[in-house]
Amino acid sequence: MQTLVAYVENKPGVLNRVSSLARRLAINIDSLTVGPTENEAIARMTIVAHTDERGAHRLEASLEKLVDVLLAENISTRALLERDLALIKVSADQQNRPHLMELIKVFRARVVDVAPESLIIEVSGAVDKIDGLLEVLRPFGVLEMARTGRISMTRGGDLLQPPVEESSGSELESTGSNVK
Amino acid sequence: MKLIGAEILCESLTRLGVREIFGYPGGAILPVYDALGKSKLHHVLVRHEQGATHMADGYARASGGIGVAMATSGPGATNMVTGIATAMMDSSPVVCITGQVSSKVLGSDAFQEIDITGITMPITKHNVVITKAEDIARTIREAFLIANSGRPGPVLVDITKDAQQAIAEFNWEASEPKLPPKRLRNNHDQAEFDRAVEMLNTAKRPIILAGHGIMVSGAMRAFEQFVRTGNYPVAMTLLGIGCFPADNALNLGMMGMHGEAWVNNAIQEADLLIAVGMRFDDRVTGDLRTYAKSARKIHIEIDRAEINKNVKVDAALVGDARDVLERLMPRIQTCDHSAWIRHVAELKGDSAVRDIQSLPDNGHLYAAHVINDIWKETRGEAIVVTDVGQHQMWEAQYYHHNRPRTLITSGGLGTMGFALPAAIGAKFAKPDSEVWVVVGDGGFQMTMCELATIVQEKINIKIAIINNGFLGMVRQWQEFFYDKRYVATPLVAPDFAALANAFGIRAERITKRAEVIPTIRSARESAETVLIDFRVEQEDSVYPMVAAGASLSDMIRRPNSPLVETATEP
Ligand SMILES: Cc1cc2nc3c(=O)[nH]c(=O)nc-3n(C[C@H](O)[C@H](O)[C@H](O)COP(=O)(O)OP(=O)(O)OC[C@H]3O[C@@H](n4cnc5c(N)ncnc54)[C@H](O)[C@@H]3O)c2cc1C
Ligand SMILES: Cc1ncc(C[n+]2csc(CCOP(=O)(O)OP(=O)(O)O)c2C)c(N)n1
Ligand SMILES: [Mg+2]
Repeated sequence: MQTLVAYVENKPGVLNRVSSLARRLAINIDSLTVGPTENEAIARMTIVAHTDERGAHRLEASLEKLVDVLLAENISTRALLERDLALIKVSADQQNRPHLMELIKVFRARVVDVAPESLIIEVSGAVDKIDGLLEVLRPFGVLEMARTGRISMTRGGDLLQPPVEESSGSELESTGSNVK
Repeated sequence: MKLIGAEILCESLTRLGVREIFGYPGGAILPVYDALGKSKLHHVLVRHEQGATHMADGYARASGGIGVAMATSGPGATNMVTGIATAMMDSSPVVCITGQVSSKVLGSDAFQEIDITGITMPITKHNVVITKAEDIARTIREAFLIANSGRPGPVLVDITKDAQQAIAEFNWEASEPKLPPKRLRNNHDQAEFDRAVEMLNTAKRPIILAGHGIMVSGAMRAFEQFVRTGNYPVAMTLLGIGCFPADNALNLGMMGMHGEAWVNNAIQEADLLIAVGMRFDDRVTGDLRTYAKSARKIHIEIDRAEINKNVKVDAALVGDARDVLERLMPRIQTCDHSAWIRHVAELKGDSAVRDIQSLPDNGHLYAAHVINDIWKETRGEAIVVTDVGQHQMWEAQYYHHNRPRTLITSGGLGTMGFALPAAIGAKFAKPDSEVWVVVGDGGFQMTMCELATIVQEKINIKIAIINNGFLGMVRQWQEFFYDKRYVATPLVAPDFAALANAFGIRAERITKRAEVIPTIRSARESAETVLIDFRVEQEDSVYPMVAAGASLSDMIRRPNSPLVETATEP
């Protein structure tokens, strides 16, 4: 599994270009999240891909060839903070409810909706933690689940910021004119 | 200045230096055609939009500039797909302009509406829909910039009909390209560079693998100096042919599946591969597990995504070939690799005797003879545009190119039907050059409708059909790997000479070797297009051959027939 971060133009069609590229390279995407950054013209993606280091290099370099991708970087080997968020609707009756609450506490999850026969649990954290909670909830009966997919950030002073400056880019300086 | 979108487009194209547009009209692009009529641009009416894209591609490959193709929405646009993919695979800078239904009905399955940007996303370097007249000038400039910078490629610009018709302010200066900012990648670190220099200066058996990127970069002179200083033998990819003169003693010829045996053997024995602007295509490497096992590898390449894609390299110098070569030059020691070069020449010795070229005239007409005679008669100075198949490989083997951009061929996609339209495009790019088409009887039938374009445009090219009555390349595979079960490869063709005559084109049919040279001569003397139907040996095969996926060391060689044994060295 490899984790890439990409800064892209925040406009329609870009997500399609990115996912279409991964498909063309025959790289399976495990999760892909997109959201705006503090600069609303730029969106940030976290891409988790089923591939090896070589595949990740190819994906990273190919992503950067897309006009709408400002930067792409494989951050798999760096110190990372990773978060995933899940909403899990689990069946709960009077009897097992206390047991459930116990587990939820251990996992530092929260109950965000209560109904006579079910609960919705919100949990965020590393993927392993969510998978772990899911594991113990399964015997109760998981009715529905929604997960956001992973977002990742390199820790501390290891900054990954979008390039600024309106330039036409390093390799785009040669003339596009036909006049020879 | 207030103009309608269609006029802005024509004005922008003119300012970008475009002279010809290869296209075909229809409803969704009509406003542009109306504006074209009032502009100085010359529109070449093709007979099929695939032809338009190949013409633009041929134009681009012959000139190094950008070829422009145009079509209407729907079927016009989808007919372009093969040509766009062909340009993409060979990194050719083509700009395709398509009409689109009005933005008000986009997404409603309107008449001749098709999502051409969706369809072409994986086969273009970039594509974009324009829905506003005021975006046209800037977007076209961006399209040109993207198409021919870095690693070139096709760009498609889809313009809605209402954008073509709307009035907007045209201000060229204010419509500078505005592309998203990109991170400046630090191309290669000094350590990597030093390691490459060390490898270059210590190699005992180096060989250069020269590719298409050298031409794209315009690095021919730097490359020549580099080769001369280091005394490196040079092998070329199919698309690299022409980047280094064939008559230079250090030029070994083509590598790969149908490369010469001595070239592949030299690669297998080398201790250093210096790959310049080539992408280690599988037709070049054969089985990767056995490829150049004893060699260290340096890759000079502009596209980071190509590094370690197929072949793991020891030093990657990412950047423009010319730039990198010029930076390397001062660090390269003059080397004497004469023992190695002599050894490679010895490898060659054996192959030359097997060469069909040295066959005496035994009454048979071989494609190799025809192509070799075209080479001799044109003194290797023509632009040769080939189709795909056996004749393509024979061209690569027997026409010796000394100048860049004189072999135009579809390598990566291997698109049959490419040759005739691409040659028309090449002729527009280089009106003063002699242009020859070398095409099979199969591929010619895919785009022969463009003969009418030749007549309408009154252009002068020479067409050599290598007519073997088969889809020859496929037949060859059936012969070698399917026990000669010739399923769907014997091919009925029209009388090509009569066909050409029907279009108003002069034509000849040749069956004997003795007729080849006189016919080529008389065709060359004509100021008009001439088509020659060469009826060649039907079941001839291209040798040597590395079977798909086999090791480069494992070549199928020309059988030593009695005919060949009596042959003399050329
Ligand atoms: C029937 C058939 C048989 C074939 N047999 C053979 C064969 O025997 N031998 C053979 O060689 N080919 C053969 N081919 C062609 C083969 O499929 C490939 O198309 C060809 O090998 C590609 O050559 P290339 O890598 O030089 O060019 P391209 O595919 O065009 O690649 C060019 C490379 O150069 C890079 N580049 C571009 N610009 C620059 C720059 N400014 N600076 C540095 N790098 C740059 C690009 O990023 C790219 O990686 C055959 C094709 C067909 C259809
Ligand atoms: C559009 C397309 N369809 C199919 C092929 C597969 N193909 C490769 S070579 C070849 C035979 C070409 O026959 P011809 O044009 O007569 O040339 P020859 O090999 O006989 O010289 C075929 C069918 C292709 N390359 N392109
Ligand atoms: Mg044929």
